[in-house]
Amino acid sequence: MEKNNEQTLIQEIADKKYEYGFTTDVKTDIIEKGLNEDVVRLISYKKGEPEWLLDFRLKAFRYWQTLKEPTWGHLNMPEIDYQDISYYADPTAKSPVGGKQGDIDPELMKTFDKLGIPLEERMALSGMAVDAVMDSVSVKTTFRERLKEMGIIFCSISEAVREHPDLVRQYLGSVVPYRDNFFAALNSAVFSDGSFVYIPKGVRCPMELSTYFRINARGTGQFERTLIVCDDDAYVSYLEGCTAPMRDENQLHAAIVEIVVMENAEVKYSTVQNWYPGDKEGKGGVLNLVTKRGHLRGRNSRLSWTQVETGSAITWKYPSCVLSGDGSQAEFYSVALTNNFQQADTGTKMIHLGKNTKSTIISKGISAGRSQNAYRGLVKVGKHADGARNYSSCDSLLLGDKCGAHTFPYMDVQNPTAVVEHEATTSKISEDQLFYCNQRGIPLEDAVGLIVNGYAKDVLNKLPMEFAAEAQKLLGVSLEGAVG
Amino acid sequence: MLEIRDLHASINGKEILKGINLTVNDGEVHALMGQNGAGKSTLSNIIVGHPAYEVTQGSIMFNGQDLLAMAPEERAHAGIFLSFQQPVEIPGVSMNNFMRAALNAKRKAQGLEPIPATEFLKLMRERRRIVELDSKLANRSVNEGFSGGEKKRNEIFQMAMLEPTFTILDETDSGLDVDALRIVAEGFNKLRKPETSALVITHYQRLLDYLKPDIIHVLINGQIVHTGGPEVATMIENEGFDQFVKES
Repeated sequence: MEKNNEQTLIQEIADKKYEYGFTTDVKTDIIEKGLNEDVVRLISYKKGEPEWLLDFRLKAFRYWQTLKEPTWGHLNMPEIDYQDISYYADPTAKSPVGGKQGDIDPELMKTFDKLGIPLEERMALSGMAVDAVMDSVSVKTTFRERLKEMGIIFCSISEAVREHPDLVRQYLGSVVPYRDNFFAALNSAVFSDGSFVYIPKGVRCPMELSTYFRINARGTGQFERTLIVCDDDAYVSYLEGCTAPMRDENQLHAAIVEIVVMENAEVKYSTVQNWYPGDKEGKGGVLNLVTKRGHLRGRNSRLSWTQVETGSAITWKYPSCVLSGDGSQAEFYSVALTNNFQQADTGTKMIHLGKNTKSTIISKGISAGRSQNAYRGLVKVGKHADGARNYSSCDSLLLGDKCGAHTFPYMDVQNPTAVVEHEATTSKISEDQLFYCNQRGIPLEDAVGLIVNGYAKDVLNKLPMEFAAEAQKLLGVSLEGAVG
Repeated sequence: MLEIRDLHASINGKEILKGINLTVNDGEVHALMGQNGAGKSTLSNIIVGHPAYEVTQGSIMFNGQDLLAMAPEERAHAGIFLSFQQPVEIPGVSMNNFMRAALNAKRKAQGLEPIPATEFLKLMRERRRIVELDSKLANRSVNEGFSGGEKKRNEIFQMAMLEPTFTILDETDSGLDVDALRIVAEGFNKLRKPETSALVITHYQRLLDYLKPDIIHVLINGQIVHTGGPEVATMIENEGFDQFVKES
């Protein structure tokens, strides 16, 4: 590539606008900045929560106060002032507390329309039910009545606390206890909204369930909490999407997702994460600090995590699986793309406890600009996990010579019958490939998108159709011109 | 159609082409013959705008446009196609996606809407038959796992899809067995139209027997030292390039 050509391209990509960076002008009830027990009580009060949940929050908060932020990630983390964040922002404040459906501000409907997530059921994508969460509150959940007929519960977690307290109490914190880590403790203390899914025994959920997370209000953090329980012989495919406005401050998104998979049940969880990544100088952007874990409790249960991570200034996220049930199978498919000054430290943990358990890890990192992209993964095989198998493949693709790709694989195998395989490659897009595309009339930027999508194909193929197209476009847009 | 005037070019500071003059009119097939290192591939790379080569002097006009001022993809949109000597593999990118991207990029440049999916698939089906590629082609990654012969057939297939007005075959015959050579050459001939032209680069007469070029040029040490009719290929086949070395 000629030097000046390269520079123009780098310029072009830096100037590329983040498509979802707009803000919604809506009256939002934001509590004062700062974090203490009173704030925790206030959040719980605003949500009209029962005593046990307030206790859970307070225990988590007290424990969190004893912890320090983890520093082991390959990340240059900006200092977070936890007293300078508002922990609750309710854009539905006009409607009655508790977020009753129906009386939704048209501005909110417009926002989700603009994001391509129509909340009118007649306009909605067929075959997909959506829970739309803005800031701390679920705005609307579609198709709930239809799902209810099959016994499927799909609603915001706040509502689940009120309507299905026994289920929530049974499972909340059972996969990710509040003592798990710093951000998990924080989330457990102040979590706001997210989705709750319960699929009863033997039911195959007939549509994709999805939650769309949107940060809107300034100076706030978002503390998503999602809980999915898939009972014996049941099946669900769940999707999650995320965007945020462009701001020059860092915004915190500290989430917990817990999944419980019972006997012969199967859960597919897909994420397309496109939080605002910050500007080309690395200013602003969402800090995406997430604990996601699934517990494969039942025999022959199955869980797959598929993630396409293109956004956020910092991503710290390890969707993990605890394979307790004999014969259970877990998969982790990941594409993490970083550009400009983005940093990602992401991967998975596969904890094999049951016999004949099997896990697969396919990770594709793509680094451009001055970004840093790390895969971090743990494969652990317990003493009793006879016949456990793991296959891991971690590929890194570099665009340019100022970015970094890192791989930190950990293995801890305590059972002699286990078979654990790990493969890793690092490559660059070759000039020959780009020129070949150019000669066929494909401009450079499209060529990069095409080649990167080809590189990530094994993972993109795992996404549900509607999401795959979206993810492909996203990879193209996030990388346009990032050649060097 | 194509007019090259006093073209000098170098790679990594080393001068390879030393004043090339070449005119290809509508409907003509020209052959360019010469030994390894004579500059044949350099010339084809410069026509398609490979960034590794630097033009130090001279001009190339293509249908009245200054070709050297155009980006590689613009040259492609204008109707120039190169059948690569060593087609590169692009893992994970299906021929379907690749061809659609290429075709739609060209249509966009022409102010046309993207090609409808059904029409595209029909075109893929039709055109792959020209070079006897089977239905698996559409979902195979670009050139990945293709045999040498398949790669060259795939090049001609792409030519059939993109319908260029000026095609360069850069040693398309190298590494081909007799059957593959026949398929490639007959495929190319089927695609010829009265208004399309081509430049065929080769060492051997074999391919030219099929393609029947109108004019043959001999390139030695960066210069065209001899131009003639089909008889030139026979002269080279019989007596090699040395006769022209002396001539120059």
